[in-house]
Amino acid sequence: MTTSVMEHTNTTTKQNETGKGISEMEQRKDGASKINVKDLNLFYGEKQALYGVSLDIHEKQVTALIGPSGCGKSTFLRSLNRMNDLIDGVKITGDILIDQENIYNSNDVIKLRTKVGMVFQKPNLFPMSIYDNVAYGPRGQGIKNKKELDKIVEESLRGAAIWDEVKDRLKTSALGLSGGQQQRVCIARAIAMKPDVILMDEPTSALDPISTLKVEELITNMKKDYTIVIVTHNMQQAARISDKTAFFLNGEIVEYDNTDEIFSTPQDQRTEDYVTGRFG
Amino acid sequence: MSIPTTNHTEKIGNANKRKYLLEKVSSKVFLICALLSVFTLLLIIGFVFYKGAHPFVAGGYSFVDFLLGTDWVPSEDKFGILPMIIASIYATIGALIIGVPIGLFTAIFLAEIASKRAAKIISPAIQLLAGIPSVLYGVFGLAIIVPFLQNTLGLVKGQSLIAVILVLAIMMLPTIVTVAETAIRAVPKTYREGSLALGVSQIGTIFRVVVPAAKSGILTAIVLGLGRAIGETMAVILVAGNSLIVPTSLTDSIRPLTTNIALEMGYAAGTHQEMLFATGIVLFSFILILNFVLARISAKGGN
Repeated sequence: MTTSVMEHTNTTTKQNETGKGISEMEQRKDGASKINVKDLNLFYGEKQALYGVSLDIHEKQVTALIGPSGCGKSTFLRSLNRMNDLIDGVKITGDILIDQENIYNSNDVIKLRTKVGMVFQKPNLFPMSIYDNVAYGPRGQGIKNKKELDKIVEESLRGAAIWDEVKDRLKTSALGLSGGQQQRVCIARAIAMKPDVILMDEPTSALDPISTLKVEELITNMKKDYTIVIVTHNMQQAARISDKTAFFLNGEIVEYDNTDEIFSTPQDQRTEDYVTGRFG
Repeated sequence: MSIPTTNHTEKIGNANKRKYLLEKVSSKVFLICALLSVFTLLLIIGFVFYKGAHPFVAGGYSFVDFLLGTDWVPSEDKFGILPMIIASIYATIGALIIGVPIGLFTAIFLAEIASKRAAKIISPAIQLLAGIPSVLYGVFGLAIIVPFLQNTLGLVKGQSLIAVILVLAIMMLPTIVTVAETAIRAVPKTYREGSLALGVSQIGTIFRVVVPAAKSGILTAIVLGLGRAIGETMAVILVAGNSLIVPTSLTDSIRPLTTNIALEMGYAAGTHQEMLFATGIVLFSFILILNFVLARISAKGGN
């Protein structure tokens, strides 16, 4: 335990230094850091799920969180828009800064979640029309003007690369779409709030390969406008779409680096074992 | 080696035979029990309809006059139940207007907002409310609500439409709360998460996603509550006043269909008695319509 903590501390220190160096030199085109997590500990009641997690997530990049089941990657993701608040008995220490503002200092979760959108593991469209699903968030913001809503709905659906498939059936139930289409409408629904950050919790794990491919293409296109943090079980997916990858194990970050490095020359033996498929 | 094996299989064969027999017999027992309730239902319907239809089929009375007549004077051979139909409808609608919002908000509170501890106290209390015998509701109404109305509204007689409405509204609460709460709890958690993650508040989420998603269950709750209100007899007798008039105000004394049957069946005979059965047919038709509506709602909810 002691060694692992030490190793962990070493790794993060090293990564932090590297990260700083990169952003100063701007050689690898990293944007400014959007989210800074410092020494995050999270407890479900007595049980600790995250141990001293520190991570800088850069603007307009795709950051992938990988690791075996139960390693805390989803828990970490859900801390970023405070969805963990919904669970009884969750305790959090440490800081999460988004645009240099500590999101746990203010109790305005509504504002936070407007800025940080989320796409879930299974498509969770509401039992209403496609149009109403996408307009749901903006309506909650008080936008009632029909023309304005029409515009937002169209832009969002185009942004999620599904406009052409659904434009003739906007008023029909969203639950009649295929799983892959539903997931892209979920992404459109998140985009409709004009967020800065989009969190994705294994967004393709319930989809077939072709739908997965479409969603992956979409994510790659979206990163010019959004900062994306994605949890995935699929290592090929992380390798294909992400710029940075963080490897989680037992509630800690073992290694965090450019995706290329993680998959070609991992620094930690455990990372190597995981990405080469020796466990997990 | 082969002999003991055969013996062994024979033993199993015998044991299995017994099992299969037991299986057959017990499935028949279950079937008979299940048919018993259907049989009872048919018996009651048959009996009520046979007795109730008699004056119209054989006695030369007009069913339309029965439904639309405003005079109920059995001694003068006048049987019109319009005042009672209207009283039943008014009382039920009134109870719905008060009971549904309170019941629904309670259900939402228990399912969505209340802490586990608060829900643990309130939920059993509401279920206990369902177990109180209806005559006690009547006594409560007579001892508390009726004098209260008498004093605050300055009525000569506190037994009135409004008293019936208040008692029925309380009585339908447990049904509405329990059924609606179950429906709300059954809404997938992912809907709530999806809405909250879009920066919508908890109350906004409840009214824009959770309640619409639980719509069919909530409607079921309302219809069941309605059924309870329209069929309630004992509590209503005590607080209704039982006057035979078409109610024109909330403070009028009323006589709903149920209490008409309960009040007069004890001494009625002949055509009078048959007309009370006919009143039962009308009441039964209301319940039947409600059940039909209920079935439609559940079928829609299934889609």
